[in-house]
Amino acid sequence: MLGYTIKRLIQMVVVLWAVSVIVFLMMSFTGDPVFMVVPIDATDAEIAQARRILGLDRSLPEQYFIFVQNMLQGDFGRSYVFREPALDLILERLPATLEIVLVAMAMSAIVAIPLGVYAGANPGRFSSRTIMSGSLLGISLPSFWVGMMLIFLFAVKWRIFPSSGRGDTVEILGTRWSIFTADGWTHVILPSLTLSLATMAIILRITRAGMMEVMRQDYMKFARAKGVSRRNVLYRHGLRNALIPVVTIFGLQLGDLIAFATITETIFAWPGLGKLLIDSIYRADRPVIVVYLMLVALIFVVINFLVDIVYTLIDPRITVK
Amino acid sequence: MKDMTETLLRVDDLRTHFHTFAGTVKAVDGVSFSLAKGEIMGLVGESGGGKSVVGFSILGLIDSPGRIESGQILFDGEDLAKASEDRMHKIRGKEIAMIFQDPMTSLNPLHPIGRQMDEMLRLHTDLDARGRRARCIRMLEDVGISQAEDRLDSYPHQFSGGMRQRVVIAIAMLAEPRLIVADEPTTALDVTIQAQILKLIRRQVREHGASMILVTHDLAVVAEMADHITVLYCGKVVERGPTRQVIDDPRHPYTAGLIASIPDPSDRKHRLDQIPGAVPDIRKLPRGCNFRDRCPRAQALCAEREPDLETQEPGRSAACHFPVEGGGT
Repeated sequence: MLGYTIKRLIQMVVVLWAVSVIVFLMMSFTGDPVFMVVPIDATDAEIAQARRILGLDRSLPEQYFIFVQNMLQGDFGRSYVFREPALDLILERLPATLEIVLVAMAMSAIVAIPLGVYAGANPGRFSSRTIMSGSLLGISLPSFWVGMMLIFLFAVKWRIFPSSGRGDTVEILGTRWSIFTADGWTHVILPSLTLSLATMAIILRITRAGMMEVMRQDYMKFARAKGVSRRNVLYRHGLRNALIPVVTIFGLQLGDLIAFATITETIFAWPGLGKLLIDSIYRADRPVIVVYLMLVALIFVVINFLVDIVYTLIDPRITVK
Repeated sequence: MKDMTETLLRVDDLRTHFHTFAGTVKAVDGVSFSLAKGEIMGLVGESGGGKSVVGFSILGLIDSPGRIESGQILFDGEDLAKASEDRMHKIRGKEIAMIFQDPMTSLNPLHPIGRQMDEMLRLHTDLDARGRRARCIRMLEDVGISQAEDRLDSYPHQFSGGMRQRVVIAIAMLAEPRLIVADEPTTALDVTIQAQILKLIRRQVREHGASMILVTHDLAVVAEMADHITVLYCGKVVERGPTRQVIDDPRHPYTAGLIASIPDPSDRKHRLDQIPGAVPDIRKLPRGCNFRDRCPRAQALCAEREPDLETQEPGRSAACHFPVEGGGT
């Protein structure tokens, strides 16, 4: 297990290194960053001086080396716009995204897995077919439209939930959270629901497919022959056997939502990562974009690692080596 | 002659049909038999003869599109064909247990065998955790698994096929059921361990005073194990009687064919006999006797009228217009 963890850590480093190269090259080839910092009426001498101060007069490999060296020391540069360390900006926004994403993932799992088990165990029933049609809707509706409809219905028409912002927050462990206040919760529901629909539909379909496969297995019939109730046959014996692909998709969706909740965050004016990213792209705020991309890569790598660990917890035949 | 022994199970005119798009499959079509306490009955027939369906019908494990259409399954006087699902949960495992064909697939791959055994005891006994564990260990030792205590935490994939079938047998016997339905329990195993497993099953059944329905296509297995034989063909009983008599002196030509196709090691000159043709498509059975197309004794009458199961002599019956004459050996 320890050896495996070390091996995975090395893999992580390799992936992050690759991403850092890509990010660095992207920065170097998309325009000259010096014009981001100098005033519009700067003289050639001033530009040259800025170039020297920023280290842009050195060779690319040299620049890359300094870039990595600074990153390793936690220095990702300052945001051109906010004049704050880019890393701090990102970390400040991360909890906001995490909370709507985690609530969304929990919603998806809680709704989709039981429905998927039901639809997989009773494929012929009308109710199962209704569930499956509903899930098609969940996959095909674009999130910007769902978000707007939810705002229209719940915020404008019925006035149950607010349409934007985080509401009251409370500071825990140095960051602000909405999910620990009642008002915050009312703000979390709609964006989380918007984020969850597609994931819900995908997890439902994967669970159903897995259960349909599992239902044919002898051990399901053997469990019934032991006198196990139908519910326990489905959940204790069946579901776990169908769970590997579900966990895989769950992990991918989790990373995906953290990284690309952009549209939903924009619609609900949710001050999370996605909104910061969009703003930064508009303003060509490169240091922030760089931290963002590195963070997303890190999140995906960590989630993948966790998913692999979860595999071994689900299935004893899968061992980590 | 009145049966002196007590009857445990009486299946009466059981019909289990499967309603598929291609037509109704009458997998079990009017099967009757009875089983005394402590008796082992062999249920024999070719693949597709409906013998497994009989076993699953008794346990109420027929899934859609299948259904028990009619008939009674009287287990100790209670009609299981009409029992509620809740009632069946108490009967399955506790009163009637099942041993499946393929031990590689009948155990849940994700649960340690100890947990799969424990589940049976948790459902059907009042024992506490320690008592259940002790019973599981004793049962595993009983079926010949060494270091039973350590093996409780092992997963099915850590056992060989034969060992897994021992575990399956142990699970089946755990709650002291009165009836075991063994569905081809050795078919999926290596020939070398088939005999061991059969002996184990018989010993377990005898020691616990249980009755058993042994579903198999292998007459040699039945000859070894069973007290009585019931032969099924196309969902109907074609012959039944005490094992020895049926094997030595079959009345139905189908039974005779099955027996003739058992290899005889002392006779190397002859080619192995076989029954010509195959089991007909059970969705469109011909009028008259279902076996007549493959039967060496078929006559005009066989195409006209389906023979009833008639008593040939006390304790023996066959469904044939022209039964094989008792040569008596």
